[in-house]
Amino acid sequence: MKGYAGKLLDVDLSSGSIRETRVPEEDLKNYVGGRGLAAKIAWDRLGAKWENVDPLGPENILLVLTGPLTGYYPGTKVCVSGKSPQSNGLVGSTVAGEFGVDLKCAGYDGITVTGRAEKPCYLFICDNHVEIKDASQVWGAAAREALRYLIGESRRKVSRIRPRYGEAKEPSILYIGPAGENRSRIAAVMSKYSHAAGYGGYGGVMGSKNLKAIVAKGFGPLPDVHDRERMLRLARRFADDCLENVSFRRWGTGGGGYSFGAETSSEPVRNWQTEWHNRRSYRREEFDKHWVKKNWGDFGCAMTCLKLAVLRKGRFKGAVCDNPDYELEAYVGTNLGIFRPEHNIYVSYVINELGLCGIQGGAVLGFAAELYQRKILSKKDLDGLELKWGDPKGFAALAEKTAFRQGIGDILAEGVYRAALKLGERKRVNLLKYAVQEKGMAIGAHGVRSGRDFISSSIAYACSVQAGDHTSPASPVRRGDKGELSSILPDSGVYCVFAAFGPTDREILDFHEAITGWRMTLREWYGEKALRILQLQRAMLLLGGPDFKWRPLVDDDNPPRFWEPLPSGPFKGRRLRRKRFEKERLKYFKAVGWDEKGVPTLKTLRRLGLAGVEAKLREAGLVT
Amino acid sequence: MAGEERVWIRRNYEKCSGCRRCEIACSLHHEGRIWPEASRIRVFMLIPGVEIPHLCFQCEDYPCVKTCPAGALLVNSRTGAVEADISKCTGCSLCVDACPGRVPHLHPGSKSIVICNLCGGDPACVKECVKGRWSALELAPIGSVASRRTLAKTPMELTRETALKILGEEVLKEALG
Repeated sequence: MKGYAGKLLDVDLSSGSIRETRVPEEDLKNYVGGRGLAAKIAWDRLGAKWENVDPLGPENILLVLTGPLTGYYPGTKVCVSGKSPQSNGLVGSTVAGEFGVDLKCAGYDGITVTGRAEKPCYLFICDNHVEIKDASQVWGAAAREALRYLIGESRRKVSRIRPRYGEAKEPSILYIGPAGENRSRIAAVMSKYSHAAGYGGYGGVMGSKNLKAIVAKGFGPLPDVHDRERMLRLARRFADDCLENVSFRRWGTGGGGYSFGAETSSEPVRNWQTEWHNRRSYRREEFDKHWVKKNWGDFGCAMTCLKLAVLRKGRFKGAVCDNPDYELEAYVGTNLGIFRPEHNIYVSYVINELGLCGIQGGAVLGFAAELYQRKILSKKDLDGLELKWGDPKGFAALAEKTAFRQGIGDILAEGVYRAALKLGERKRVNLLKYAVQEKGMAIGAHGVRSGRDFISSSIAYACSVQAGDHTSPASPVRRGDKGELSSILPDSGVYCVFAAFGPTDREILDFHEAITGWRMTLREWYGEKALRILQLQRAMLLLGGPDFKWRPLVDDDNPPRFWEPLPSGPFKGRRLRRKRFEKERLKYFKAVGWDEKGVPTLKTLRRLGLAGVEAKLREAGLVT
Repeated sequence: MAGEERVWIRRNYEKCSGCRRCEIACSLHHEGRIWPEASRIRVFMLIPGVEIPHLCFQCEDYPCVKTCPAGALLVNSRTGAVEADISKCTGCSLCVDACPGRVPHLHPGSKSIVICNLCGGDPACVKECVKGRWSALELAPIGSVASRRTLAKTPMELTRETALKILGEEVLKEALG
């Protein structure tokens, strides 16, 4: 087998058992890695009892998976997955960093973690030396403190394992902040200071397992590949594509904080009360004044689109974060009425330190602020906090309450959807109209009403199997447009889409072949394999549970606010058309093999060899 | 002759993006595969955001060569780079202790020492860094540096120095204690 390490590490934190398992070659051929393989493993191990699996219970499985392209592609990620405490389905959530490379070099394609440790722990991996270690000293620690401890301890440990090796490099680390420890549904799995696998809420899953971190160091090479010369030739091409992308290399997504508001009118502003602003203080040049002039990247990346932002002076001196990238500029910026770069960098830093997802966290803070604006929440409800739009201190304080589940933070830690229901019940008012979310997940910072964003379809979120995930949107069926299926390729090959603007799908599959030696046609991928992964994810999303179960069709809809006309800006008055939406949704359902309600048809499931899914959906009353 | 002038790899730590493409280029050149821990240049990230490409400083007095009890380290008369003779190396790692920057390390496979040999005078890591316009690594004539040994520091020392410039004193304290 080429391109894969060939083994998974199976860890059960309840019993403390650690063992190596092999994934059948057939599964790797069909499900590739990352998101695809996560869907397969989760389905095989939890599918039969899916509705009853508590995402935050010991029975859930946390998956950390690489893909065959990880490490070879010039832009690397690792995929975190399991049953999502947000959507109750399965989300493939990726994060950049060296973790995937270290893991493969240690001899593993991935890790599965089940059970729950009695005491806070972290998993230490140095090649085949794997240990569950005590993390009580670092439990409760925010990012900086946690990494200081973990990097220091792990380097000492590596030096003991390889005493004469010389200076040991730091291992790669995935960890959670206080938000994850407190089982927040909106906690991210973090890497470095500010990289995050946010969608899905797997930080809370780690916390529910008492797992503070996973530390990996691999001393081996990346696995052998099938055709080295061809792999290198293609990798060079892909890297050169990045090098030619002068503008994206220079700014990354960091110019979006201004342009997605002023130009495309699709940016959340004050909890999506509008999607337009024209605040020149928020232009990329203004951010640049506060940046250390440094591109920031991860293993093998030729794009290095991240920037390291540091506040060296002023009220918020000491704040460090990346860029901020567009999602942070939007969700913990404009969405909170913040239009000053230094305030945005500060709140981004606070969110990262606490281990909250920037998108989910920013969404719930903005939601609370709108309720305060509308006098639905009082100062007393907020424990004396005055939540004024644009006030970085206020939002930082509320973020902290959320991460530690203090006061109202205990409700906000559940994310915007569940918080809307709980607070609505308490206040006896329907708050879902202020919750801009999709199936339990706040949506990415890309509104669809103006039609000018790169996500421009009214069905983008409504039909996505990853719910609000803007990196996995559905799109109307048109020739050459693969819709959500196209996002399954990077998430399963596990490489970075921001370093993959150049290559065609065919070239990616050629690259996959050069690495694995397995030829795959576009037809096989899009007509069978990616489609099969999509069916599994759709099935798990519809099965849902235990706290919520989505109603097919009824819940495959946009958040209420998206049905209102845009209230300001150059696209003022633009609205989505219900009829057109329903037509496109139906067309999409048909194209991906679902019935008019969005349930995979028997024909589809049988053709793809998913008899078990058919039986399960039948048992759940979803197919008759 | 200018073309045959000995070269030195100049590092600008503040510009390193942490992309580690130098590690990939190095290990492909020397090992024929992607192997970060076997790379002669290693990027240390003891604080995220402070990436330190670490490789031989080419001290003018070669303390590592002088220390090696097995005579496994030699100076290449053409490039001036240190060359390791792995047939003689016993893996004692005394050279690591002798190096003011603690640069050399044992090859994770063969367990014998690896040190940058400048790829014979045209280092693969520099080419990659220059191509990507990161400019963290650049070639300079060896004569352009008065005392290379004074630049040779450990990853931790270099991290502290660089973090002070990039992040400032408070962050450095919190990040390293």
